[in-house]
Formats: sequence, structure tokens, C-alpha cells
Amino acid sequence: MTSNSSVAGAAIAVTPARRVSSYLYNHAKLRLRLLIAAPVFWLGLVYIASLLMLLITAFWSIDEFTGNTKVIWNFDNVTSLFTDALYSTVTLRTIGIALGVTVVDILLALPIAFFMSKVAGPKVRNILAISVLLPLWASYLVKAYAWRSVLSNKGVLQWILEPLGLNTPGYSLFGAAITLGYMWLPYVILPIFGGLEKVPGNLLEASSDLGAKTFTTIRRVILPIILPSIIAGSIFAFSLTLGDYITINIVGGANQMLGNLIYTNVGTANNLPMAAALALIPIAIMFVYLGSVRRTGALNNL
Amino acid sequence: MRISRSAALVLGVISSAVMAAVYLPLVIVLINSFNNSMNMDWPPPGFTLDWWVKAFGSGGLMAALGTSVLIAICASVVALILGTLLALALSRYKFFGQESIGLMVILPIALPGIVTGLALNNAFRTVLGMQLSMATVIIAHATFCIVTVYNNVLARLSRANRNLEDASADLGAGVFTTFRLITLPQIGSALVAGGLLAFALSFDEIIVTTFTAGSGVETLPIWILNNMFRPGKAPVVDVVAVTTVLISVVPLYFAQRFTRETAK
Repeated sequence: MTSNSSVAGAAIAVTPARRVSSYLYNHAKLRLRLLIAAPVFWLGLVYIASLLMLLITAFWSIDEFTGNTKVIWNFDNVTSLFTDALYSTVTLRTIGIALGVTVVDILLALPIAFFMSKVAGPKVRNILAISVLLPLWASYLVKAYAWRSVLSNKGVLQWILEPLGLNTPGYSLFGAAITLGYMWLPYVILPIFGGLEKVPGNLLEASSDLGAKTFTTIRRVILPIILPSIIAGSIFAFSLTLGDYITINIVGGANQMLGNLIYTNVGTANNLPMAAALALIPIAIMFVYLGSVRRTGALNNL
Repeated sequence: MRISRSAALVLGVISSAVMAAVYLPLVIVLINSFNNSMNMDWPPPGFTLDWWVKAFGSGGLMAALGTSVLIAICASVVALILGTLLALALSRYKFFGQESIGLMVILPIALPGIVTGLALNNAFRTVLGMQLSMATVIIAHATFCIVTVYNNVLARLSRANRNLEDASADLGAGVFTTFRLITLPQIGSALVAGGLLAFALSFDEIIVTTFTAGSGVETLPIWILNNMFRPGKAPVVDVVAVTTVLISVVPLYFAQRFTRETAK
């Protein structure tokens, strides 16, 4: 530690730092505890505890005069999720869009990732990898805003489609779905590309030596190996769509998704317990989803 | 497996078409930042530099940029410390609850942002009785940035040579000296890459931010959102959009370089 402590052959000077260091060296368990204390404290206390409090708040109610959250235990908020037609319509719409966006993104990502990994040379692969990454770094809002310009009634899409006798979808659910699919596509391509890079080339050769055609090799060798990567990509696309409320505001016209209902209850309506109850829907869906794919190892590919 | 020429061609065409479609909207925004129509009519009736001049002369915009940078730096620093500690613990030790901790790190990005935002909003306001401020945004951002640092450092540690650390200890170095002289240089590039990603993630975040920012806190994304629907402001938003994309190319380049070095 100090400059005179490393004289050759001499006993090392016992400074306090050195004493702590030796103690730690001999106590592996203490070392581990010191390492994980701060992060576990942060994640556990800031994050997990907040999530649990959110679950609890869903069973509270608000004071109708002051608008403050009050601890009156009741099931009203949670029951209304099942009885109020608005909530079930919006939930189904949100799940539908999330599923559609996820499936389309996977279908678009597979050929691109496959091309990058197995067809393109190293140079093209690098260019493609950077071009996929770049829009990932472009701001979320910029992308939503870009589509607002593209989809507008006087925008470029109308300009292209008009001569063909077609119209822009404009600011609508379909417009929002296109925009969301666009935004999450890089998040789906990257894990699939990563998964394909790990498929050993000799496995593919073995498959073709044994007589499998290209399509059979893809279906029976490649797909099972990259399934966790596909699921990892789908988690992003699905989860990000499920909670979105800004894109739909920008390009979705007057349509609402689950996120809008939650946001309104926090802001204008100032009803945190109802917002918490509504948030239970995406939480429950994601937990079921994460739980059911945990065994595939997809979570290690995130 | 042999890929026939025609199959390769079809894949190439699909890839180029999708990549072109990915860039088209961004190019439109670039062109629109010079479009002299207030409503960004297409095709542009004429071109002007007015919006660029206006954007850089806007005090509110520059203040928002400063706020975003400050928040992103603070959140990245917290994420760097916590992510590295966690990666060291999980790569070097086997212990009970390891898997749950691994799940706990990814949860903030695996759950929709609105859930994270709402949970923290509720915890700050209702449970702790705190006022929302810039500090609450930093706490929220750090929480979901931990995973980017953690992933980068963990990947690097799993490839690092453990014998070097043992050798260092055998030669008389204490645990701190070994960390400083052996472990830290090995994970240095992963820290830079993870830190840059955390910075970018925080800089761009809007959903968690709207739920955790105090009324006086305006980050760049919040500024963009507030001005997007204001009449006559759209062209300035175009300029900001182009600038943020250009700014993001720089950290991307460095993160790429460092991850490639990490992979060697």
C-alpha cells in the first residue's frame, strides 16, 4: 500500500488498509456481502418495495373531498377492472396491438438477422450491425415524431400513396401499430442476431451432410437453438408496447391504450389507487410471460 | 448448410428494403428541419435555415438539454457503481438467491416503463411523502440503468483470466490492490461501454421521467413532447430531433469500439 511496504524480503508494514485487506481476503462471505449490499439494498428497497407498495395501493381508495390517497381497504378498483367495459375493451386492444407488433417484428427481424449473420461478408455485416444500432440510439420521441410527419394528411406517405389511389392510415390505431413496430424492431433484431452468431457452423454442415435441405436445417437446427433469443426480443417488443401511452398520443389520434388510462388516473383524475389497479394488468401479463419463458433461458439473452 | 444464390439475393433484398424503411422517417425529419412550411407540408414548398437559428437561440431548449445531461451523468455514475459491484458478486460467488438477484436487475427494463414510473411515483409521493424533484428522476433512471452496466461487466468478467488475480494475491497484493491493478484494467472497456449505454438510456427516457419529475424539471424529451403539439413549434422540434440523432452517433461509435475491444 505505502511505498516502503514493498522492500524486498522485508515483512510488509501492517497499515490499517492492509489489515482490512487481509481480513477481507480470509473472509469470502463477508466480501460477498459487502459487494451485494449496496445494489441489493437499492434494487430491493427502491424498486421491489415500490412495486409491492403499488400492489397494495391498488386496494386503497381516495378521499373524495381532498383527493388524497387514503388507507381504506377495498376491492372496488380491482373489481372495476373486470366489470367496467371501458377497461376490458382497452386491455384487449392493447394486448392485440402488442401481440401484432411483436409477431410482425419477429417476422421482419428473422430474415435480416439471418442475412447479417450467415450470408453477408464481415464488411457488410459490420455496416448492417451499425445501421441496426443507430436507430436504437435515436431518441424514442424523435422516432414517434418522425412518423407523425410521415403519416400526416399532407405528409410523405400520402404523397406516395395518392397516385396509387390509396390514402395514408393517418393518426389511427394502425398508424400507432406501425410506429411501435418500427421503434422496437432493432430491439428484436439484435438478440436474434446475437443468437445466430452463436450457432456453430459445423452443426449446419452436419445437418446438410445428413441430407437436410436449407429449410429443414432452419426449422430443425437453427430455430430451436435461437428460440431463447427470439423470446428475448419478443419480451422487449411486447413489454414496451404494453406500457406505451406516448406514441399513441402522437400518432394514434383519439384512441387510448392501457398506458393512457393509467396516466390519466395519475394526472388529471389524481386517483393513484385506480392507476395502481390498472397497472396490475401489464404486471400480471408480464409475470405470466416471463414465468413461462424462464426455462428457455431467454432471460439470459436480454 | 448451403444458401443458394437466389435465397441469398431474396434475403439481401428484404434486409435492404427494411433498413431503407427504417431510415426513411429519419431522413424526412432531417429534410423537414429545412422545410419552410410551418406545418411541414410535403413536398416542401421551399427551404430555410430559420428553424436552426431559432432552436439554438432558445433558452428553454438549452436549459432542458443541460438538465438531461446532468440527470444522465448522475444516473450513469450510480449505475456504474451498483452494476459493477453486482457483476463482481454474481460472477465470483455461488450463493443462495443468486437467480432472484439476476431477475431483480432485469425487472426494471423487462416490465413496461409505465409500471416502473408509476411504482416509483406512488412510493415517493404516497408512501414517503416526498416532493418530486430532479433527485427522484435520477433515482428512477439509475434503477433501470444498472442492468446495462451489469450486463457489460458480467460478460467481460466471464472471459477474464482468474489466474491473474490469484497470482496477484500470491505476490502479496491485498484485495484492493488486486482490484485496482488487475481487475479494473480488465473490465475498463466494459465500464466505458456500459456507462455510455446507461447515459444514452437515461438521456432518451421519457415515460419513467414524466412520472418521477417534479413540476419544474424539464428534460430534453419532456421539452420535445411539450412543444410537439404547439402550433408553429413543430419545425424547431425537427431541428432538435436531427441534433439528438447526430449527437447519439458519437457515443454509439465509442460504445461499438469498446465492445469490440472487449470481445477480443
